[in-house]
Amino acid sequence: MLQTLHAFRDGLMDGNLLAATLGSIRRLLISFVISIVVGTTLGFLFARYRLVDDTIGFIVVALQTVPSIAWLPFAIIWFGLNDVAVIFITTLGATWTMALSSRTGIKNIPPIYLRAAQTMGTGTGARMFFQVMVPAAFPHMMTGLRVAWAFAWRALVAGELIAKGAGLGQLLQDGRNLGDTATMLCIVIIIAVLGTISDAYFFKRMEDKLLVRYGLATAGKS
Amino acid sequence: MIEIQHASKTFEQRTGGGFTAIDDVTLTIGRGEFVSLLGPSGCGKSTLLNLVAGFERTTQGSVQVNGQPVTGPGPDRVVVFQEHALFPWLTVLENVAFGLKQKGVGKKERNERAMEQIRTVHLSKFADRYPHELSGGMKQRAAIARALAMDPDILLMDEPFAALDEQTRLILHKELEEIWMKTRKTILFITHNIREAVILSDRVLVMSTRPGRIKKEFAVKAARPRDAADSVLHHVEQAVMEALADELEKVVKEEMGDEYSIKKNDLSNRSADSLGGGI
Ligand SMILES: Nc1ncnc2c1ncn2[C@@H]1O[C@H](COP(=O)(O)OP(=O)(O)OP(=O)(O)O)[C@@H](O)[C@H]1O
Ligand SMILES: [Mg+2]
Repeated sequence: MLQTLHAFRDGLMDGNLLAATLGSIRRLLISFVISIVVGTTLGFLFARYRLVDDTIGFIVVALQTVPSIAWLPFAIIWFGLNDVAVIFITTLGATWTMALSSRTGIKNIPPIYLRAAQTMGTGTGARMFFQVMVPAAFPHMMTGLRVAWAFAWRALVAGELIAKGAGLGQLLQDGRNLGDTATMLCIVIIIAVLGTISDAYFFKRMEDKLLVRYGLATAGKS
Repeated sequence: MIEIQHASKTFEQRTGGGFTAIDDVTLTIGRGEFVSLLGPSGCGKSTLLNLVAGFERTTQGSVQVNGQPVTGPGPDRVVVFQEHALFPWLTVLENVAFGLKQKGVGKKERNERAMEQIRTVHLSKFADRYPHELSGGMKQRAAIARALAMDPDILLMDEPFAALDEQTRLILHKELEEIWMKTRKTILFITHNIREAVILSDRVLVMSTRPGRIKKEFAVKAARPRDAADSVLHHVEQAVMEALADELEKVVKEEMGDEYSIKKNDLSNRSADSLGGGI
């Protein structure tokens, strides 16, 4: 334990740990943004077009069952042992979940909202999508977002173990090469703490707030 | 002005075959007129309103609004639903301003215009609240304000007050009448409540069921603003009730078999108010 603390202190001192953490978070955020955009778009297309749902939608359900690390060998061939490969598999980890949860969210929008929106002149295109469908599907998508975040985190660390570039996974791998279990444990703890903090202080809060705002929960006074 | 010419609507049924909800309805509603539709449950009132709103297409015949055929929903014909349909992620103010935003009205102006409508329905104090923080009556008021903010020619109201308690409903009747007298919108109003139809409307249309047709119409020639004690209203109410009783009997017979019949006198003798809500 003491060793771990020492490792933590040393890591902070020489800036390794901080750089690695920031590197990981940067990749994670890039991947996450891409998967939100791609996933939500896919989900919308699935909900909207029956044909897309029956074809690509079906494939996505199948893809979702594949652990994203399974794509790493492909990614390495396509992109090399670098950042892009890691971002690629991290994105894959989160995209399918996002796509499926936004599909469900959009499909479950009460039709009366869509009708009301149309009589107010949203049409059925982009304005309908951004101003009505996305917010109406948001409570559901929020749940998907949390799961997607967790998936992305896992895929990221797994990817970094193998690929190059400053990151927590890479540091873990370096630790293994040096036989430095203290550093390794220290990194695992950092990963757990970051995961918990982001979930509890960001996603959970946002979800709770949303539920209250949408009148779906009666937390506190309304 | 709404012109419905020989309109029919047949729904495809999952079991195969078609179900004719509306059959050969011809109807004209003049500009600024307040018309109510009454009829047994399932007779096609909502279907007819949805045709005018543009949510559904006629199978036969045509629906025209101000001389233009209806091809889809549009901001010139705003619908107020039984379930308010306010967006839960927006405040009352944002909800009311939503339609103006779609029209491209700038933020400052649309908030001012929205506030004006919110004042009209007496919700100024609640403009910043979210829909779930309002009572049923307030939600319905907000929904009306949202519709009015669009300044549509036509308001289509599908049982807007059905989910409200009696007192709230009476207050909203007054408010709606005031709004109508001030704005002179064309209003098509669906209700199950005879009293409500008679007290609000210039004309009451009674629909028959299976297939849905306009069976009879009654002009309500009473002075505005309406006075609940007006004997003209009372007479029309009686007549409407008789017309409806026939229809109800038909429905009940179909559903329960021939041995059951409602005695007409039974119905007419009871107090008008209590019967009004029960159809
Ligand atoms: N999309 C649909 N598909 C099939 N049948 C439908 C559809 N919409 C309505 N119907 C049928 O058409 C008939 C008329 O329905 P509608 O909703 O217009 O009745 P209503 O007069 O508004 O009844 P209520 O007073 O209960 O609201 C009903 O028998 C209903 O089952
Ligand atoms: Mg109806």
